[in-house]
Amino acid sequence: MATTGQRPPGAVEFTDLGKDYAGVPALEGVTAELAAGAATAIIGRSGSGKSTLLKCINGLAQPDRGAVRVFGAPVDYGALPALRRRIGYLVQGGGLFPHLSAGDNIGLLARLDGWPAADIARRRNELLEMVQLPLELAARYPFELSGGQQQRVALCRAMMLDPGILLLDEPFAALDSLTRLEVHEQLLRLQERRPRTLVLVTHDLREALKLADEVLLLNGGRLVGRYAAAELRAASRVFASAKEGGGVAGGANGSEPEQLLARLLEEAA
Amino acid sequence: MKSAAGISSRCRDLYPGLAEALNNRSPLDRLSISRRRLQPRRWGVIALACLLLSALPGAASAADAPTIRVGSKPFTEGYVLAELAALQLEAAGFRVERKLGLGGTLLIWEALRKGEIDLYPEYTGTLSQAILKLPDAAPGQIRAALAGEDLRILLPLGFNNSYALAARGPLARRENLSAVSQLAALPDARLGFSLEFLNREDGWRALSAHYQLPQQPVGLEHALAYGAMAAGQLDVTDAYTTDGELLSYDIEVLEDDRAFFPRYDAILLARASLPQDAAAALQPLRGRLDERAMQRLNAQAAAPGASPRQVAAEFLQLETAEPPLAAAVLNNTLMHLQLTAIALVLACLFALPLAVLLSQHGRAAGIALYAAGLLQTIPSLALLAIMVPFLGLGQAPAVLALFLYSLLPIIRNTLTGIGAVDPLLREMAAGMGLSVQERLLRVEIPLALPTILAGIKTAAIISIGTATLAAFVGAGGLGEPIITGLTLNDHRLILSGAVPAALLAIAAELLFGWMEKSIAPPHLRPALRAREAARMRGAV
Repeated sequence: MATTGQRPPGAVEFTDLGKDYAGVPALEGVTAELAAGAATAIIGRSGSGKSTLLKCINGLAQPDRGAVRVFGAPVDYGALPALRRRIGYLVQGGGLFPHLSAGDNIGLLARLDGWPAADIARRRNELLEMVQLPLELAARYPFELSGGQQQRVALCRAMMLDPGILLLDEPFAALDSLTRLEVHEQLLRLQERRPRTLVLVTHDLREALKLADEVLLLNGGRLVGRYAAAELRAASRVFASAKEGGGVAGGANGSEPEQLLARLLEEAA
Repeated sequence: MKSAAGISSRCRDLYPGLAEALNNRSPLDRLSISRRRLQPRRWGVIALACLLLSALPGAASAADAPTIRVGSKPFTEGYVLAELAALQLEAAGFRVERKLGLGGTLLIWEALRKGEIDLYPEYTGTLSQAILKLPDAAPGQIRAALAGEDLRILLPLGFNNSYALAARGPLARRENLSAVSQLAALPDARLGFSLEFLNREDGWRALSAHYQLPQQPVGLEHALAYGAMAAGQLDVTDAYTTDGELLSYDIEVLEDDRAFFPRYDAILLARASLPQDAAAALQPLRGRLDERAMQRLNAQAAAPGASPRQVAAEFLQLETAEPPLAAAVLNNTLMHLQLTAIALVLACLFALPLAVLLSQHGRAAGIALYAAGLLQTIPSLALLAIMVPFLGLGQAPAVLALFLYSLLPIIRNTLTGIGAVDPLLREMAAGMGLSVQERLLRVEIPLALPTILAGIKTAAIISIGTATLAAFVGAGGLGEPIITGLTLNDHRLILSGAVPAALLAIAAELLFGWMEKSIAPPHLRPALRAREAARMRGAV
């Protein structure tokens, strides 16, 4: 998933971005370009501004200073729905609408866009197959699904309109580790089939290294480090343990990503 | 049924004016389809009138016959006098619409002025003092003032129903009480007056000043006062000199020894436009009643099982039949349902879109909730009375009042329901690219539906209860037997309104309960069962 020189659709640019919440800066002076078709992980402690930075991409957070360019153009805050339909959005727990069946959750945007029912069903089934869910699950309501199934349905929903950018806001945090690994695999397979710009917010460096090409480290609202995931993987035994899934059981390796994260933060300071 | 000829001849003997009126109904002769179709003879008209009286009172007869709308205030004598007029008109072949039990002098006066009714029984004292505010006017001045409103005094009924103060018998005997002035020496006497007497200018305030009475009276429903006196809970109340109870209770009517009370001669007050032949048909009532006769009629009408219409018909020696109880209950229930349903549907059509719009504007929502809350604090009767000058009598003011009362629960619950949608789902809906409108229609309103429905349910139940007061403005419904029954102290009549009203409220509760189950978002239906099952598993 190499980056290219030009600026193909999907690129996100932050220029000297600042955002305050009730007068307290949540982001300050963030300048970064997220490569198109690549997976970027934003990591940092809670409260470091990771989610806020992510929400600046789809306009859920509107910066107070600086600029955001998405798909090569400044974000038009007067036409957010149109922009957002080109950006998939996946959050912790899935955020499925409880009053709609899994199938209706997945097909909602397409229906609002006026797709014929047959096309919606075809695309929905294709997505369900991709995330290895049985098709009859479409008729069930979210409360009838397990946490992993809900998250996979939510992934299908985010992918329905084939967005150029997929935003993932700690989507796997609530899943048990086995299920998390399964969903990771499915996400990687989706990326393999058709790479898209992927922005992942996580506090789990192991997850970041596994899924991302590039890692942005945020601390106190500032961008304090930028790493190629490959370098970090090579530089650390973390790579091995993460790649082989050896960290699943916890044990001796379990603390290594945290140690690395702490060391990175120390270096940045 | 007696033969038409027999009744007619008796009518003629008793009421020469009526027979004459029947014989000279030239406008009706031209207009009456039914007469031409059924029986093109004079007797035919009378037979038809009697048939309608005995079989279908109140039902539509000849489509073109003029309908005379007779009103009354909600007290026994008002009902009886209005029935006398109505029966007399029906006997003369007129269609009569009864708007009985209208709530209060000013309301019925407005109704007459606006042409909502054609005539009603009134008293000269009330007319000059409370209505026209011409306390010392000569009869000519009164007539002129009425003519200015296109109204006229049709005829005097013959008796003076003055206010009087009535004292509990034992107290009167113990204190040797026989005149109002003596009350000044009894500061501890417990006085209770009808609210109207307590508040009107020529009522208690003027009386207490005139006689220098020190007591602080309480207000209570006139029909309850004699019972309270008999039970020893009340010493003095305002009475009317024709109250039927004066015949049956141990009560001493106190002499108005300093001539405070004006004369309250009973009259029929009518619109100037009342057809001449209708006016003629009513002439036999001129001077027909004295105080004694009126006391008897009032006592008879208040007796258990009696109705003002029967009493009036007996007095006039006419035959009448009231609709059977079941039919009346059904009719009132349907009317009640119609009132509340129209008001509720209108309130939903207005308040739901408004509340959804307001949910997007926090400050406006606060203002609207405040305004709807203010509306809720206006007493129902006051709200109804305020509307009569603008909307007249009947369903319109009642529907508008119920509509206004329904706004608060619907707006409040809609705002609450939409406001209570999980903020994460709200953000998700925005983040995935739904427009404000799409978010409302696809996510927020469906999730708020149970709360919204609960608001509509509250509005429906409030309306069913409040609609019983609509009878005061002539809107009919289940309040009609309740108000009449309260006035006549007729428990059967009260229950025939109160029980169906309670059942309607319960039915509404059940209906909305069922709707909540079947319209609620699916996740809220089986989820309850699933959660319950999970809880059970957890317990095991």
